[in-house]
Amino acid sequence: MRNLATLLFLGGLVFLLAAITGTLPFGHPPMLVGQAIQQAAKPEVGAANVVTAVVLGYRGLDTLGELAILFAAATAGGLVLGGVQAKGRNNALPAAGFVQRAGTDVLFPLLLIAGLYVVIHGHLTPGGGFQGGVILAAAFFLPLLARPSESLSHIWLSVIEGLAGTAFIALGLGALYNGDAFLTPLFDKGMFGELVSSGSLPLLYLAVGLKVGAELSSLLMRLAHDDGAAS
Amino acid sequence: MMGVAIIVVALTLGAALAVLLLENLLAAIAAASAVSLGVAVMFVLLQAPDVAMTEAVVGAGLSGLILALALRRLGLARLDVPTSGENTDA
Repeated sequence: MRNLATLLFLGGLVFLLAAITGTLPFGHPPMLVGQAIQQAAKPEVGAANVVTAVVLGYRGLDTLGELAILFAAATAGGLVLGGVQAKGRNNALPAAGFVQRAGTDVLFPLLLIAGLYVVIHGHLTPGGGFQGGVILAAAFFLPLLARPSESLSHIWLSVIEGLAGTAFIALGLGALYNGDAFLTPLFDKGMFGELVSSGSLPLLYLAVGLKVGAELSSLLMRLAHDDGAAS
Repeated sequence: MMGVAIIVVALTLGAALAVLLLENLLAAIAAASAVSLGVAVMFVLLQAPDVAMTEAVVGAGLSGLILALALRRLGLARLDVPTSGENTDA
């Protein structure tokens, strides 16, 4: 009965969506805002990657909200998973096999470079703080898999996360000081397409990347560590 | 282009089916990551590299990792099928 109801609901949903999309011309979405932003982004923000211009320039406040959501989720995860220091250290797993340890040693610097590249070039090429931050978190998680006894300091991760979040908000408040709206890009736009260009957007993305990386690696570490408690 | 898209969609749907049908939970997680990877390739084909990057990194990498770690915490991470009776506590 419930399956039937679910099927009916899904069918209705598909019908509604089809009815909406059926009225639109195929392949030509009515993107008025998108076209306007694509025209205006280059002279106004100066970022070669229009997505970054939208995410940090026009919709910086939404990005701040996204960071807040991620922060709340990571904090809640940390609360549920409990303290690592209390019981995780004692029953840590022994070191992994040779292949995994050697592979980690090879991959760690490469992932670090890839993550930093994606973060720093967020305003030029696809990618940015969120994606690069996750890559950084993965890079710092690999050594933990290979050698569970050695781990990063939670205190330092929290400090990095807090400083990065503060830097993001401080850059936003700096725009207020100049008389602009909150999170308006600061500084000179520079040469279009250069690494140091489009004002404060690279700095904002660096803050986002560090914050996301620290948050996620802390979360992964909590998940990985006091293991063996339940099994 | 169209052929590649059809192949990718078929692989993604196959992987999605494998998530439902596989009895080994670790293999199911790997299949779920493969679904995200297929979706990421579709995003590249649709010329949305930013979204594709997010999908590949978060969907295929991070969520698979978190699911696998959750399995390990629950004591369900075994390489053999749970019903076979032989449990290697990995």
